[in-house]
Amino acid sequence: MRGKNVGIGMPLKWQYPIRYGEETEVSADVLVLGGGLAGCFAAISAARKGLKVVLVDKSCTIHSGAAGTGIDHWMGCPANPASKITPEQYTLSPIETFRGGYGNVIATYIMARDSYDVLLELEKMGMKVRDTEDEFKGAEFRDEKTKLLFAYDYENRHCIRVWGTGMKPTLYRECKRLGVNLYERTMVTSLLTEGGKQGARVVGATAVNTRTGEFYVFKAKASVLCMCTPERLWIFSTEWTGLVGRDGPPTNAGDGHAMAWRAGAEFTMMERSTHEEWGGSTGIGSIMFSSGSSFATWFPCSIVDAHGKEIPWVDTEGKPISTISQRTHPAPGQDFFSLVLGGGEGGTSSVPCLIPDLAERVKRGEFALPLYADLPGMPEHERRAIFGLMVGQEGHTWAVYRNLTQAGFDPDKDLLQVYELSPAPPGWRRLRYGGLVHDWDLKTNLDGLYAAGQQIFDGCGASHACSTGRWAGNKAAEYAMRADKPVVSREQVHSEKARVYVPIERSDGIDWKELESGIAKVMQDYCGDTKTEELMNIGLKSLGEIEEAEAPTVCARNPHELMRVLEVLDILTCGEIIIHASLARKASNRWLSFERLDYPEDDPPQWRKWVTLKLENNEAKVGELPLNYCGSLKENYEAHKK
Amino acid sequence: MVESKEYAAPNLVTPNKPVIFDANVCTGCNRCIEVCMSDVFMPNPEKGKPPIILYPDECFYGGCCVKDCPLHDKGAVRLNWPLMQRVRWKRKETGEHFRVGMLNPPPPNTRPPA
Repeated sequence: MRGKNVGIGMPLKWQYPIRYGEETEVSADVLVLGGGLAGCFAAISAARKGLKVVLVDKSCTIHSGAAGTGIDHWMGCPANPASKITPEQYTLSPIETFRGGYGNVIATYIMARDSYDVLLELEKMGMKVRDTEDEFKGAEFRDEKTKLLFAYDYENRHCIRVWGTGMKPTLYRECKRLGVNLYERTMVTSLLTEGGKQGARVVGATAVNTRTGEFYVFKAKASVLCMCTPERLWIFSTEWTGLVGRDGPPTNAGDGHAMAWRAGAEFTMMERSTHEEWGGSTGIGSIMFSSGSSFATWFPCSIVDAHGKEIPWVDTEGKPISTISQRTHPAPGQDFFSLVLGGGEGGTSSVPCLIPDLAERVKRGEFALPLYADLPGMPEHERRAIFGLMVGQEGHTWAVYRNLTQAGFDPDKDLLQVYELSPAPPGWRRLRYGGLVHDWDLKTNLDGLYAAGQQIFDGCGASHACSTGRWAGNKAAEYAMRADKPVVSREQVHSEKARVYVPIERSDGIDWKELESGIAKVMQDYCGDTKTEELMNIGLKSLGEIEEAEAPTVCARNPHELMRVLEVLDILTCGEIIIHASLARKASNRWLSFERLDYPEDDPPQWRKWVTLKLENNEAKVGELPLNYCGSLKENYEAHKK
Repeated sequence: MVESKEYAAPNLVTPNKPVIFDANVCTGCNRCIEVCMSDVFMPNPEKGKPPIILYPDECFYGGCCVKDCPLHDKGAVRLNWPLMQRVRWKRKETGEHFRVGMLNPPPPNTRPPA
């Protein structure tokens, strides 16, 4: 009797105590906001210095964040003993070749230098990072001395395959062991600044419990913002799966971006978004890596057509390659496979891939649909590494391995269907890692505010998150040790409290889902695949109208809905940042996947710079930074490492 | 006369059954509630019973509720992929077609992950 199916129709009494408006004040030396990989590492490194550390997490720290359900690749690890390339090569070459210089050199270099050490720390904490059982003994991608398993580039060996489903539980336990004070199911709603002034020193944050509605005021000498890139901007429907049409968890609403923006923090790269490339997967919002594929977790799996004919591959220069081995070895004279994360549109792939004109060749009748991943045709070690290690460890795939094998799928015998030929509809885009501007300390423009992981611009990947988290945690701790006592403005707390609770006082307005869908439509229509001044001005006007008309009517019936409402208000703010940033760059730029119809010239010299943006007196203020503002890599790294 | 089973209720959200609990196995320990990143569950008002799936439309299919369940191998909770996500495969040698959720499925592959 589905009518009795509580939760889908029948109201149920809220099972947690309701404490709206009740206020708890908590003091910390270092306050970490966001409990993903970066946040946990920031908390751990600050706690090791003996400071009082508070970590606030909207979700459950054991599985929160973009890597909460696991990761399979530890990328950006040229400092491991088997690597044939240096951290300097790893940092500079790909950013030049595949990003036209538009990359975050500071953070990439910190990752390249530190990520192996960070991995060893994770191993010490209890995470499995090498093939200790010798299951892959003799495999071409295994270093027999260290038992590390490599991925993608078997020659240069800078990307390590890891048992990453254990990463978050390991970090969670370490946080507990070190006495980090965890506030879980607690959504941070704003940063508190000295005197309540935009642009002033950050002295804490406010938060609300997502089950009880209780209010928190956190006071801190230093704060580290470690939240995720906003994932719910252009694409939204809960009728697909799980709030987002993409791989990031639904918690990735952009809260950190929105609160930093309101506090006056400086952003860059917010104009960079890419067209969603996986629209044709098994239903929009597919369960990642549950179907056949040739890339990422499934790299370098062969793909065959309906009649068993193999789909050809090309190398990083677009030249045809014929053997499986060539997919994992650069051709003589070719640079290493750089694994640039963050996607592109029509650019060269940084690793070998299937022929780029596959869809056209299918239409011409050269290959018959459907396509399949040919695991049985792969060498045994590769097959087991793809389906058994990578599928099994990457986000979602512990369950993918379990569900598929329980349903009888056998990688030794079966061809798994590939579903990802067609692109997503027009305007369906994904923000590509715009975030906070920072210096070599990973400090933002605001005193007392440090940032790591996807919170900083061009931040992506687990090893990046952990390495920058550790760095930022150390720097925030150093600052906290010499900083003055934080003084919170009661006026700022009061006005934030009023903003946070007003949705529960309303009873007849719009719900969060409709509001979020409306914002997504504006982003698709006015800040979509091609942009013009006129379109984006309408977009900004539309978001402003929503802010004035519908947003002030949005209702919440319990603390969980209140969390969603506050998220959508943050999404609205993020949409505004993105359109402001897109208006500010008056030039097309293929490296940023940024197409302006009214400024078609690609990457003209006068626009080869970072366009920055921040709020000053509540007005968006545009600035700029040279692309190479990092200065000398080695010198700065050494000077700031201490 | 058969007793009326009609209810005046809004449409269900889709998908609406992301996980399936076996009430005969689940002890209502609520571990799954604590490890769900989207917080889709609500404790059952009746102690010892499986949680209520309050927000099925917010499930991210990460599978933590299953993975961290102390009784997952006994089937206390399983992840129920929506129909549109139930992928197909073909046996290379024989050309037979299969899919997740089919009637009369092949026997499970019991090999554990690496």
